[in-house]
Amino acid sequence: MDKLIYLDNAATTKTAAEVVEAMLPYFTENYGNPSSVYSFAAANKDVISRQRDIIAEALGAKGNEIYFTAGGTEADNWALKATAEAYGSKGKHIITTKIEHHAILHTCEYLEKDGYEVTYLNVDENGIVKLEELREAIRPDTILISIMYANNEIGSIQPIQEIGEIAHEHGILFHTDAVQAFCQVPIDVNACHIDMLSASAHKLNGPKGIGFLYIRTGVKIRSFVHGGAQERKRRAGTENVTGIVGFGKAVERAVSSLEERTAGEKELRDYFISRIEAEIPYCRLNGDRINRLPNNVNFSFRFVEGESLLIMLDMKGICASSGSACTSGSLDPSHVLLAIGLPHEIAHGSLRITLSEETTKEDLDYVVESLKGIVENLRGMSPLYEDFVKKQDK
Amino acid sequence: MYTEKVMDHFQNPRNVGEIEDASGVGTVGNAKCGDIMRIYLDIDENQVIQDVKFKTFGCGAAVATSSMATELVKGKNIQDAMQITNKAVMEALDGLPPVKVHCSLLAEEAIHAALWDYAEKHGIKIEGLEKPKSDIHEEEEAEEY
Repeated sequence: MDKLIYLDNAATTKTAAEVVEAMLPYFTENYGNPSSVYSFAAANKDVISRQRDIIAEALGAKGNEIYFTAGGTEADNWALKATAEAYGSKGKHIITTKIEHHAILHTCEYLEKDGYEVTYLNVDENGIVKLEELREAIRPDTILISIMYANNEIGSIQPIQEIGEIAHEHGILFHTDAVQAFCQVPIDVNACHIDMLSASAHKLNGPKGIGFLYIRTGVKIRSFVHGGAQERKRRAGTENVTGIVGFGKAVERAVSSLEERTAGEKELRDYFISRIEAEIPYCRLNGDRINRLPNNVNFSFRFVEGESLLIMLDMKGICASSGSACTSGSLDPSHVLLAIGLPHEIAHGSLRITLSEETTKEDLDYVVESLKGIVENLRGMSPLYEDFVKKQDK
Repeated sequence: MYTEKVMDHFQNPRNVGEIEDASGVGTVGNAKCGDIMRIYLDIDENQVIQDVKFKTFGCGAAVATSSMATELVKGKNIQDAMQITNKAVMEALDGLPPVKVHCSLLAEEAIHAALWDYAEKHGIKIEGLEKPKSDIHEEEEAEEY
């Protein structure tokens, strides 16, 4: 395949060249274990500490509040399970939403089996949490509110500051899964009263296998991985030095380009959305038009199924993703699309396109042209479309 | 994930379309699960399937199994068409991923549903053919919108 248009940046991103360059010496030259005493290795402790500061600064946090993990999923698991354990004597009620990533939802299900009660908040048709419903869900035994910063499928950005204020008023811990939002939107953990925040490097042109959990000073949270004294005794295991260096570099890069990069992405995103809406009939934009990640586009195309769409796009060198059942490995389409009220058959026909800083207008023009033909072709063989057209004719 | 044959039948599906005044039409599956297959049969007075067309809403495997099933029944008499199982469809496609086996079952059901419709219209009984369970009635389908 000659052409490759990568538009699945919410799944993962290309590791930036300067990130790889920054990492390389830590494989072959400065490979020492940061816990060792001799200066050759101990220097890496300072290196890690510098990356912690870079990352903390991006959040308005302190360096010693950043705990490195193996990724966003581990950070989410840790935040939920360890909070439940540490605060379980105070209460056993957790509030989250129906549109969280599985790293949160499946962890909540695990905790439910362990005697915890979880309230899964609804969202409106744009995928935004209703603050009134959150207020009503709070009980005396609520110990944690975990609500994602921005949704990975439909890009809707939650009213995090308002949520944080509500949590703060009630003295409840607030965790946010910011895996999609970190370095895509400005985040201030203090203004938003965020107590814990999960993020991952590979969503922002960093390497895979490294993430962090921000834990506000004073939050009681137990160790999740037991062993050595790394990460202030809260997360054992020899530090992933190369990964941490790559993460630091990726954040430095992403923060310095944030405004310009996201402005460019937003412009392209809106151009793409308007072309699809104008040129492909019977489509629906999923997610909020305004409170939306700069690089996220999610459409449902009625009468077509998502996996078919993805394979056809793949033939044309376009990488995208879908919330159809066939891509989830179950019979149900995406829980997020169902939560915003889409009927099953429309949820099955969803397509997620997530841009990067390298995406061009030409790329998107090519995708629109390809999509027009593919959707028409698939509708031509769809019994649902046939019935729809016959009904229109009547 | 898919064999070359599946990809071929997905990209170049055989017998896509409708047959006006078909001898039998069968629609199976449901939009909830993301797969709907409709098969049209044109059966002559000797009970031979002269023509067959399909329309499918579903994943690559759903389209490919529909396409292959239509190829397998074309030109067969209704008794022979009855013998075509989902296994035969899968084998003809050089296999399907385990999670997609249900697509081949749906293809078999769609053929049976179309044959059932034909048998009902003509007041005949086809040996071994039972009323399809997942046949979608027009009214039910209309409710989806």
